[in-house]
Amino acid sequence: MIDFTLTETDKAHLDRTRQAALICRKYAREYDENEKEMPPAELPEAADFFANAPALPTPGSEDSSHPVRMALDMMITNWGDYSIRLKRDNSALGNAALAAAGTTEQKEKWGDLTLSMAITEPGCGSDPSRVATTAVLDEETNEWVINGEKIFVTTGIRADAVVLWATLDKSAGRGGIKSFLVEKGTPGFEVPHKEKKLGIRADDTAAYVFRDCRIPRGNLLGGDETVQTKNSGGFRGVMKTFNMTRPMTAAFGHGIAEAALDFTREQLESAGIGIDYMAGLASQTAAAEKFIRLESLHEASKLTTLNACWMAGEGLPNNMESSVCKAHAGSSVRAITQGCIEILGSLGISRDHLLEKWARDCRIIDIYEGTGEIQRLIIARGLLDYTREDLK
Amino acid sequence: MISFGMSEDQQLVRDSMREFAAEAIRPLGRECDENGTIPEDFLQSVWDLGLTSTQIPSEYGGGGEERAPVTNVILLEELAHGDAALALAAVAPSQFANAILDHGTEEQKKKYLPLFCGDRFHMASLAILEPSPVSEPLRPRAVAEPKGEGFVLSGTKSFVVFGDRASHFLVIARLEDGVGAFIVDREATGVTISEPELNMGMKGLTTVSLELERVEVAAADRLGGDSGADVAQIVNNSRVALGAIMLGLSRAVLEFCIPYSKDRVAFDEPIAKKQSIAFRLAEMHMECDAMRHLVWQGASYLEQSLDATQKARMVKTFVSEKSLWIADNGIQVLGGHGFIREHPVEMWFRHARTLGVLEGAVGV
Repeated sequence: MIDFTLTETDKAHLDRTRQAALICRKYAREYDENEKEMPPAELPEAADFFANAPALPTPGSEDSSHPVRMALDMMITNWGDYSIRLKRDNSALGNAALAAAGTTEQKEKWGDLTLSMAITEPGCGSDPSRVATTAVLDEETNEWVINGEKIFVTTGIRADAVVLWATLDKSAGRGGIKSFLVEKGTPGFEVPHKEKKLGIRADDTAAYVFRDCRIPRGNLLGGDETVQTKNSGGFRGVMKTFNMTRPMTAAFGHGIAEAALDFTREQLESAGIGIDYMAGLASQTAAAEKFIRLESLHEASKLTTLNACWMAGEGLPNNMESSVCKAHAGSSVRAITQGCIEILGSLGISRDHLLEKWARDCRIIDIYEGTGEIQRLIIARGLLDYTREDLK
Repeated sequence: MISFGMSEDQQLVRDSMREFAAEAIRPLGRECDENGTIPEDFLQSVWDLGLTSTQIPSEYGGGGEERAPVTNVILLEELAHGDAALALAAVAPSQFANAILDHGTEEQKKKYLPLFCGDRFHMASLAILEPSPVSEPLRPRAVAEPKGEGFVLSGTKSFVVFGDRASHFLVIARLEDGVGAFIVDREATGVTISEPELNMGMKGLTTVSLELERVEVAAADRLGGDSGADVAQIVNNSRVALGAIMLGLSRAVLEFCIPYSKDRVAFDEPIAKKQSIAFRLAEMHMECDAMRHLVWQGASYLEQSLDATQKARMVKTFVSEKSLWIADNGIQVLGGHGFIREHPVEMWFRHARTLGVLEGAVGV
C-alpha cells in the first residue's frame, strides 16, 4: 500500500539517531576549520550517550536493513554533520563493492576492514572505462603487479585497504577493467597526501600511488580473470554497485538540506516571520514564500530518493531511479542551501553558524558517484532507448 | 512504513484509465480547446464509468466503495495524460460531492449526494477563486454575514467550473471568525451567473463568474452545519487533485517530445542525440518522477486523515512550477513546431499556466 508514514519503531530509532547526530554537530565547525585533524572514532559525549541511552528498539527481522530505513537513517546522520560520523565503522564505498562483487571467501576475509574505493585518476573521472592503472599477472609468483595513480579517494586515509580499479588490457576498454583489493602497508602502495577541499573537510580524501605494488592473485574481486572483448563483462556488475550507493549519496544531501531548512525556519520565526502554508503571494513575505518553495523542492527530491531505495528493497531494477534521485538531489540540495543563504543574508554566510558550511559540504553531492551530467546521460539513454554509442 | 507500492486494484485502475485516456480523451483534446466546449457524450461516458458515484456510500445511492484519494490521483494522472481540461471536466462533479461526503451533515448528505448517483451527468460546482490578487482560498473577499438563523452572502467568484449548468455552488466565504463553505442554489435570489469566461487555457472547460448580491442562505446550508466545515481540507483535496492533473499533463509533454526528438533531424542526426535536448528530456523525466511522489504523499495524507495542509501546499508549489517548466521546455524542444497549433504542446502549455493559478496562486 502506498504509504508515507513511519512506524513507531522507526520513529524511536530515528529519534535516537537524531540525538547522536546532534553530538556530531557540536564538532562540525571544529573539524571544518582544522582540516588536518581527524575526528576521533568516539566523541567524548558519545560514551555517556550510549551508556545512558534506552535499549534500541528491536526491529522485525525483515526490516532492520531495508534501504528505505538506511536512507532515512543516513539523512538524519548527515543532518547532524556530514563527516563527523559517530560510528566510524566499515561502511565505506569499497565495502559496498566487496559486498556486491566479492566471493564468499573474500567477504569473510576482508568484511571487517574499512575499504575505500579508488576509481578516479588524474586523467579520468566521469569516464571510468579510461582507467590507466594497470594490473599485470606475474605467473611465477602468482601475484598481480599494480602500477598507477588514484585521486579523490574518499576515506582514503583512515581506510584499512582499498578496492581499486585497474585494467588487465587497455585495448579491451571497459571489458578489461577489474577491481582489486590492496591492503595498506603493502610495499609499493603509498598515500602521498590528503586533499584540501571546499567542504566535507572532516572526511578524509586521499591520493594513492602504486609503484610495482605486488598483491596476491586471490585479491582480484570476484576472482574472474578473463578479459571480455565482446562486451563490458564484469564492468556492468561493478557499475551495479551504484544503484544502491547513488540513492545513499542523495540521502546524504537531503540530510544537509534539511539541516539548512530547519535553521532557516528557526531564524525566520525568531525574526517574527511564520510560515503559513495556506497563504499566497499577497499575504506572505517573499522570504516565507521562498522558504516554502525550497521546502517543497526538498520534499519532492527526498521522496524520489526514498522511491529508489524502496525499489531496491523490493528487488525491483532501479537503475533509472537511482540516477534520477542522485541527479535530482545533486541540484536540489545546491538550490536549497544556497537559497537559504539568500533568505538569511549575512547570517547565512557567517562562520558563526553552520549554514555556510552546509552549502559548501553539499556541493559535492552533484559531483561524486557520477556527476549530475553523467546521471542525465544515463536517464536520457533510458528514456530514448539509446545505447552509449547513440548518446555520448 | 513508507511504501511506493501500488495495490493490484490501483494498477488495474491505472491501466484501464490509461487505455481510456488514449482512446477517448487524447483525440478530443484539440477539438474541445478550439471549440470551447466538451461534448455531452464525453461527459456522459465518464459519468457511466462511475467516477463520481463509486465512492458515495450505498445508503445515498452510490457504489459504496471507500473514499480513496490515492487511487483517485493515480486515475487523474492517467486522464490528464489524455487531456487536462477533459480530465478536470470528468472529475468536476466529484469535487462538490466529496466536499459534502467529507464535511456535510447527515441532512446535507441525504439531500445532495443522491444527485450524483443518477443515470445522467449531474453538476454542482466549487466556487473558491475570486478575481482579485489579494484573494486567497482561505482569505476570500466574499463575506457571509449572519442574519437571523442563517447568512447573507456577498462577493464575486471566478473560474467556477461548469457553473453554467451547475445545480448548486459550494461558495467559500469569510465569516467574522474564519471562513465557511455555503451551499447555494443556482436559482437563489441575488445569484448572477456570467456568460462563459474566456481563459488562456483549459478552454474546452466552460467556466463562469458568479455574482452574489446579498444571497440568503439558510443555516442548514452551511456545510457541516453549526460547527462548520474544515475548509482547508477542501482546498487541500483540490490542490492534490490539481497536482495529479498537472502531473499527467507533464508526462504527456515529455512523452510527446521523446519520439519527436528522435525523429527530427538537424545537422545530420536526430536532435535527441544532442545533449542539450537529451538532458532537457532527462530533467523533464526527473521532475515527473518527483511530482508523482509528492502528489501521492499529499493524497495519502488525505486518505489517512492526517493534517495535509503543508503537504498539499508542497504539491501546489512544486507541481505548478515544474509542470509549467516542462510544458515551456516542451515547446522549446519542438522549436517552431511547438508554437504551432498543429501540435498539442502549445495547448498543454496554456493548460499548465492556467492550472497553476487554481486554488491559490503561489510563487513559481
